[in-house]
Amino acid sequence: MENDSIIKIEKLIKRFPVGKTEFTALNGISASFGRGEFAGLAGPSGSGKTTLLNIIGSLDSPSEGDVDVLGNSVSSLTHKQSAKLRNRHIGFIFQTYNLLPVYTVFENVEFALLLQKLSRSERKKAVMDALEWVGLTDKVKSRPSMLSGGECQRVAIARAMVKRPDIVLADEPTANLDSKNSHHIIQTMKNLSRELKTTFIFATHDEKVMQYLDRIISLEDGKIVKDDVKTDSKPQDHVSI
Amino acid sequence: MLAFKLAFKNLMGAGLRTWLNVSVLSLAFVIILFYNGMIDGWNRQSRRDTIEWETGKGQFWLPEYDRYDAYTIKDAHSPLSEEIQAEVKKKTLAPVLIAQATAFPQGRMQGVILRGVDPEQTVLKLPASALAASGDTDYAIIGKRMAETAKLGVGDRLLIRWRDKNGTFDAREIQIASIFKCDVPMVDKGQIYLRLDVLQKMMGMENEATLLVAGSGFGNKTLQNWEFKDTGFLLSDIDKIIQTKKGGGSIIEGLLLIIALIAIFDTQVLSIFRRQKEIGTYIALGMTRTEVVGIFTVEGAAHSILATLLGAVYGIPFFLLLGNVGISMKAAQMTDIPISETIYPYYSLSLILVTIILVVISATIVSYLPARRISKMKPTDALKGKLQ
Repeated sequence: MENDSIIKIEKLIKRFPVGKTEFTALNGISASFGRGEFAGLAGPSGSGKTTLLNIIGSLDSPSEGDVDVLGNSVSSLTHKQSAKLRNRHIGFIFQTYNLLPVYTVFENVEFALLLQKLSRSERKKAVMDALEWVGLTDKVKSRPSMLSGGECQRVAIARAMVKRPDIVLADEPTANLDSKNSHHIIQTMKNLSRELKTTFIFATHDEKVMQYLDRIISLEDGKIVKDDVKTDSKPQDHVSI
Repeated sequence: MLAFKLAFKNLMGAGLRTWLNVSVLSLAFVIILFYNGMIDGWNRQSRRDTIEWETGKGQFWLPEYDRYDAYTIKDAHSPLSEEIQAEVKKKTLAPVLIAQATAFPQGRMQGVILRGVDPEQTVLKLPASALAASGDTDYAIIGKRMAETAKLGVGDRLLIRWRDKNGTFDAREIQIASIFKCDVPMVDKGQIYLRLDVLQKMMGMENEATLLVAGSGFGNKTLQNWEFKDTGFLLSDIDKIIQTKKGGGSIIEGLLLIIALIAIFDTQVLSIFRRQKEIGTYIALGMTRTEVVGIFTVEGAAHSILATLLGAVYGIPFFLLLGNVGISMKAAQMTDIPISETIYPYYSLSLILVTIILVVISATIVSYLPARRISKMKPTDALKGKLQ
């Protein structure tokens, strides 16, 4: 796993100013993630899960230590370079979906590709493929306000996956979903991870999610307290890609 | 291109808020055009009328003459050389002799300016041919304003008294042969037009004139003892009035534009405040902060493009209607400003383009100012929708 790592985290410390003092959100984290891994960061609120995801996604930078993503040291990237890294290689899935309300399902998924300057036909094919993976080809023209929570999250998955990224970072993706939808969403992601060799990293404290994960890193007060690699995570339905 | 596409999509998605801003901005846009079009129309009309009725294509003055100083009239006269007389015959020059006098309409006393003009001249639009009739009676023509203030009509007789070149007082009765309508007050108010040869005889200034009005066929010749005054100089009073009017109007236009721009600024600030998650999502999806600032700036600036289009929808028919029926200016007729009864607004391409550019640039600036905050936003805070 170490040799095939696409994310390497070394002695990561992240501090935030709180008034005149500082709060240490991450305190000496070291870990690595391999290609196609289906891993999760578990822990109570405030344990540093989201902070770690943000730094891996180059939305934030370390206070100390280093995070290397696909050969790029996050702390040394310019705004432009980190934007390019996110656009080409990293997909995000958020708890509140963060779909753009004035766009249709198709346009929301297409958005990431617009930044890659692909041709219209290439974009259309990629978007329709992504919507097919999540089973939403019949909602192409719908706006987010017309969809259920589960459908919105499936659109968010399609948007994250449409560019076939190396890494998908999902922050509490099932927190707003019921049990049935949660299982369906996680199952879909697991299948995509396997088929496309995409590394998924979740921040979650949802037991339903954890049972699907191949690896669970438990955080507490900004430190890794357990790094558990499972061999018997739930089997997958097949998704044809 | 992507920024434009996204901006328009977001604007359309914002619905009523967008259209309220666009309506206010379009109103400012149309009013700016309307006011400037009216001023330009007035400017064109007053310049044209003043050239046709008063200044011609330029005038030759004697060095002693000053149109603002009546005391100079007495000494500002000179014989017409053969060269000048030849031009007068060709109708490319129109000599005018000017004298001060007192008129006594219905026994009242009124200071007037007597102007002697050649009945055959065609340089000015003045209907001087009405003076051509010969006989024992000395005919005069006056303008509508003069007729109203002196309560004179065609055929009325009027006693005038003047001093000739030697300072001797003399008096005579003249008869109003015609009353003309002219929109240039300087040609009309307090002016009485007589035949040039009649006034020359009255003043004892045979073959003399105070000034020479050049017609379009005169060319660029110079005349000894006479100084040429071009239309730029002769119309400078009108230019000053127009500039003053434009200055006053620009305050109203500025206020209107500021109201519209404040609405856009406010919307942009609110938009950035409310759409932090969206901004965070754009950045998470791979946009740079500069690109996001670009989207929001273009979005604000796009208000002005929509305002231009909306303004065109109701502005073009409105302007076409005004271009046909004009704007009544009867109330302003009795002032000293050259203004016709009806002004026809004039909308030049440059006026339209300058106004569009003004509106677009101002809208872009007020959109950029709040959008700059985005570049200072932390994407992680924006994604959480945290207030900053």
